Amino acid sequence: MTAAATEPGRTEAARDDRVARRSLAARLLSRPEVGSLVGAVVIFLLFMAVAVPFRNVANVGTILYGASAIGIMAVPVALLMIGGEFDLSAGVAVTTSGLAASLIAWNFGLNVWVGVALALVLSLAIGAFNGWLLLRTGLPSFLVTLGTFFVLQGINLGVTRLLTGNVATADISDMDGFAAAQRIFGSEVVLGPVTLKVTVLYWVVLTALAAHVLLRTRTGNWIFAVGGDAAAARAVGVPVRGTKIGLFMAVGFCCWLSGMHLLFQFNTVQSGEGIGKEFIFIIAAVIGGCLLTGGYGSVVGASVGALIFGMTQLGINYAGWNPDWFKTFLGVMLLLATLVNVYVKRKADLR
Amino acid sequence: MSVPGQVADNERQNAVARTTRIAVLVTGTVAALTLAACSSGGGRQTTQESAAAGTATTPTMTIAFITHAAPGDTFWDLVRKGAEAAALKDNVDLQYQADPDGANQANLVQSAIDKKVDGIAVTLAKPDAMRANVTKAGQSGIPVVALNGGIDAWKSMGVLGYFGQDEKIAGAAAGERLTADGAKKALCVIQEQGHVGLEARCDGAKSTFAETEKIYVTGTDMPSVQAAITAKLQQDPAIDRVLTLGAPFALTAVKSVKDASSAAKVVTFDTNKELVTAIKNGEIEWAVDQQPYLQGYLAVDSLWLYKVNGNTIGGGQATLTGPAFIDKSNVAAVEKFAGNGTR
Repeated sequence: MTAAATEPGRTEAARDDRVARRSLAARLLSRPEVGSLVGAVVIFLLFMAVAVPFRNVANVGTILYGASAIGIMAVPVALLMIGGEFDLSAGVAVTTSGLAASLIAWNFGLNVWVGVALALVLSLAIGAFNGWLLLRTGLPSFLVTLGTFFVLQGINLGVTRLLTGNVATADISDMDGFAAAQRIFGSEVVLGPVTLKVTVLYWVVLTALAAHVLLRTRTGNWIFAVGGDAAAARAVGVPVRGTKIGLFMAVGFCCWLSGMHLLFQFNTVQSGEGIGKEFIFIIAAVIGGCLLTGGYGSVVGASVGALIFGMTQLGINYAGWNPDWFKTFLGVMLLLATLVNVYVKRKADLR
Repeated sequence: MSVPGQVADNERQNAVARTTRIAVLVTGTVAALTLAACSSGGGRQTTQESAAAGTATTPTMTIAFITHAAPGDTFWDLVRKGAEAAALKDNVDLQYQADPDGANQANLVQSAIDKKVDGIAVTLAKPDAMRANVTKAGQSGIPVVALNGGIDAWKSMGVLGYFGQDEKIAGAAAGERLTADGAKKALCVIQEQGHVGLEARCDGAKSTFAETEKIYVTGTDMPSVQAAITAKLQQDPAIDRVLTLGAPFALTAVKSVKDASSAAKVVTFDTNKELVTAIKNGEIEWAVDQQPYLQGYLAVDSLWLYKVNGNTIGGGQATLTGPAFIDKSNVAAVEKFAGNGTR
């Protein structure tokens, strides 16, 4: 204050918009996830108004389950997109992991946990392979992971059929370790009127963990840096290779987590599942404010994106609208949420 | 000070040492786990293998078996096993191919014509897409039989015979059964939007049981199937029957009913091994069985009979393989075959 009094030119400098402190509201609104939060509130209010069962607290568990199934994968996919890459194999890799755990245990008559552990190794290896191939060949990740997507799709069907003679795994619920694994990957908790599936817990924990890593650690800075400009990042000493491979392996880990839920929730895994889900993960991340070009985005936003997707999908059912138009409603709602997102962001940038 | 080359060498040696240590650790752990990790029950060792039958002495003939199966649909396992059983008996080289896309499936028929196979068994779920190539196959002297789908279309394409059920009649039978069971309102779960056969089942059910409502779910995404059915049951508590159109979805619907704390009962089209167990346990009331194994078997066998003796099964009429009902009263008879993976 005293400095301002002695130096008359300083007050004018403070008004210079390059150095001016923006208001708290403006800073808050320019966070990448805020637009999606507003979008989520709009969708929430809409369904609260039109769908009676949506208002029932007991049904929160169903909506959160639908959202968590997407959210568990949307979080690592968002990290990967901020790091400047895509993973089109994420949808079928979930199925691969579930199939691997089930088939290994079933085929060799092993404890289910051995299958679970080896499936984790496999999922991480698939992630590492994607990252390695990407860096080795210099091809765009769209192409590399599209290749993996088809390869895994074929392996899922081929290996399952080879080992079991069927296109789905055999029921392994009578094998050792199944009950314990089911408690970890497929159980539910009752909180008052709400029954929550364990995936909701994983989703929340993953979101918190990933948000912490992204915003509060050096690794988080690396992720932003490699997504913004990989060459510049390398020049200032960011381990681009390690960061990208690590991100793909994070996707692999979450594929494993989802795959285990798939297996222990339904006892068997159909080998054709998961196709097309990779886009839903990417869509959730984009609704949540991730740029397709990398270097910008938020994991909290991606989780909110998953929530929007979950609410919309089930809200349409709750509203009891004509099911023939389901996908149309879904598309319109998602556009609506994204438009609100863009609008809020633009308003924030203008302030 | 060390020169860069040495640093790299040291790093490499360290890396090699580290890799070796990790490898030893992993191998050791796996070995230890494997020893301690055998399951006392379940798994492959408890699965029975079905016995092979004798083989015909006729010369080997090649049959292309072309379906619209989506990858990973358990229903088609049964069709394929029936076809393989007949192929083994009749000394047939069976070439199984599938594509859910109508145009792609038609291309598979064209490639079978190009290969000059001795016979084609084909599903006509999307008859208009298939018409041109199936007709062409018949004109170029390759006998064609149809199965599973296309009961209204096969005759006009010059096809020798048809093995399957009429989806509309099967749906109507399910509706009649719902009425007889005293159901109030049914939810018909369609796992693939725009699939003519599945729509026909729901429409058939609606024709004899008016209170039938449709819902579309994404069949390739089980968690979303479960959540969607749960949501629908929560939205409309009047629903007291869930009618699914495939065995895996019936088993998922059982979980949805539990999640929604609904009193609805689950009934379904088509079976697999797990579903037969579920009927036995009372988790699922009944299933409409169209005998997929028989469809595959008859399709191949009829082509063989046509080739060696000029016979046509069905004598120019459709051979219906369903609908029959599997419920608690007759499940025991089916169970032992389901264990082999053939019902």
